[in-house]
Amino acid sequence: MSSVANVERLPRVPGVGRLTQTRVALSEWTKLWSVRSTRWSLFAAFLFTIGVAALACAVVSHHYTRMSPQDKASFHPLEVNLAGVQLAQLALGVLGVLIITAEYSTGMIRASFTAVPKRLPVLWAKAGVFAFVTFALMLPAVLVAFFVGQAILARHNIGVGITAPHVIRVLVGAALYLTVVGLFGLGLGAIVRNTAGGIASFAAIMFVLPPLMNVLPTSWNNAASPYLPLQAGEAILATTPGGHLSPWVGLALFAGYAAATIAVAAVLLVRRDT
Amino acid sequence: MIEAHSLTKDYGKKRAVDGLSFVVEPGVVTGFLGPNGSGKSTTMRLILGLDAPTAGNVTVNGKRYRDHQAPLHEVGALLEARSVHTGRSAYNHLLALAQTHGIPRRRVNELIDMVGLHDVAKKRAGTFSLGMGQRLGIAAALLGDPQTVMLDEPVNGLDPEGIHWIRNLLRGLAAEGRTVFVSSHLMSEMALTADHLIVVGRGRLIADMSVDDFVRRASGNIVHVRSPQAEELRGRLVASPDVTVTLIAPGLLEVSGLSAPQIGETAAQHGLVLHELMPQQVSLEEAFMDLTRDDVEFKTAVEPAATTEAAA
Repeated sequence: MSSVANVERLPRVPGVGRLTQTRVALSEWTKLWSVRSTRWSLFAAFLFTIGVAALACAVVSHHYTRMSPQDKASFHPLEVNLAGVQLAQLALGVLGVLIITAEYSTGMIRASFTAVPKRLPVLWAKAGVFAFVTFALMLPAVLVAFFVGQAILARHNIGVGITAPHVIRVLVGAALYLTVVGLFGLGLGAIVRNTAGGIASFAAIMFVLPPLMNVLPTSWNNAASPYLPLQAGEAILATTPGGHLSPWVGLALFAGYAAATIAVAAVLLVRRDT
Repeated sequence: MIEAHSLTKDYGKKRAVDGLSFVVEPGVVTGFLGPNGSGKSTTMRLILGLDAPTAGNVTVNGKRYRDHQAPLHEVGALLEARSVHTGRSAYNHLLALAQTHGIPRRRVNELIDMVGLHDVAKKRAGTFSLGMGQRLGIAAALLGDPQTVMLDEPVNGLDPEGIHWIRNLLRGLAAEGRTVFVSSHLMSEMALTADHLIVVGRGRLIADMSVDDFVRRASGNIVHVRSPQAEELRGRLVASPDVTVTLIAPGLLEVSGLSAPQIGETAAQHGLVLHELMPQQVSLEEAFMDLTRDDVEFKTAVEPAATTEAAA
């Protein structure tokens, strides 16, 4: 049709290129850093990991001379080091939920899906960028927490060196664990598409479900509990071997839960109206 | 160019768009007109693939929107509902959208200047007034140098200067050969901006015609005739099937389908006395309301259950 030919002759803006996964990832990188609440959550997770570890180590160090022999026996220097991870996981899980649900609550998702109408590249980019940022930030945080904590504990010679058995595995594992926590939150957020609902389901599955298992008969509880997301994931943080799931199997199972959640989100993302 | 074929969308039991077929041609401004809730926004969401049609399909420049390699280069859209993260600055909002298509930062800055947001570009979009939000949305729509520009109620919240700016912008885009598709529920606004009109009511196509035709038809052939021999004149006028004559007051006829000269000549032929012969100027807004009201009445008569929806 002649009218179509007219359109073809429009001057093009140089640089208007095709949509690619890499470009969508760059866009998500910009989105992640350009919202104040995101920067704060990441900063908080970083600070919690180091600050709480230092605090916990200082408290232990201060009380060590008065601790009972049993407490001293069960004490593991690496555990106090990871105290901050408990708080950081909350910040990162909530941030994972928010990264996607904030787009729905503000309407940004319509702009995102107009720019990327196939939609899935947005989900992959969000997950990829967030996982990268979380790991890149939390690995140094965990390492700093370790060295600061051990420096405090060293006064009583109760610390542990980085070359000691399991230490590297636990530290790298903690950063990986936090990354998976964030992705799990992201997947849940993408399914629920609502901030309150996303945070509630994240908290329920991670932190409410485990104590709820106690209503089950003990044998059932013992059989099922290690396979819950939280317990499976925390296997990687075990300072002594011999848990129900070996560290890497546990983390893999947790990652599997997160992957399954994101897969469900992907199916829904393509099918649902925006 | 936008082509819709039997486009239908149901939300639960409610049919928002009902077998809509139309073509939006490049080079002109096409107004998409209909009362609130008539399916305009839904149609635009279907065009962008934000919602999936229940039946039918719609293509942009020959392909489904999502199948284009550079979607933002095909269609730039401003949706009625806000589509901006309130915590992000205008600049970063546009930058994030631009990056998906490798559009340079220079273009982002150009557009911010063009829509007049230069001074607030670094402020969070959540602090923007309705008018500033519209300008940001328009900048986002033009980012990819799109061949088709689709704006849902763009003058909402704009001051008179902004409305004037939008009109000129739309005409300029059409003059460059782009397809311009603009929705509004205000006929008067469309009469000033659009060349062509697609009118919908309750999700159905009511009219697809040029604005000139619409205006001609609207202010068309309604004539009031005062005559002491009204009954007899009525009998002479209704000879043709296109003509309707109503006695609206004693001695006063409302005639549609005939021009004032035609009525005068008919009266003269039969020796009938006329006291007044008054062509009625119907405003565009009235004509538009008549058009859509008919559709609602028609629907109500067919589906009694739909009455409450029509009122809502």
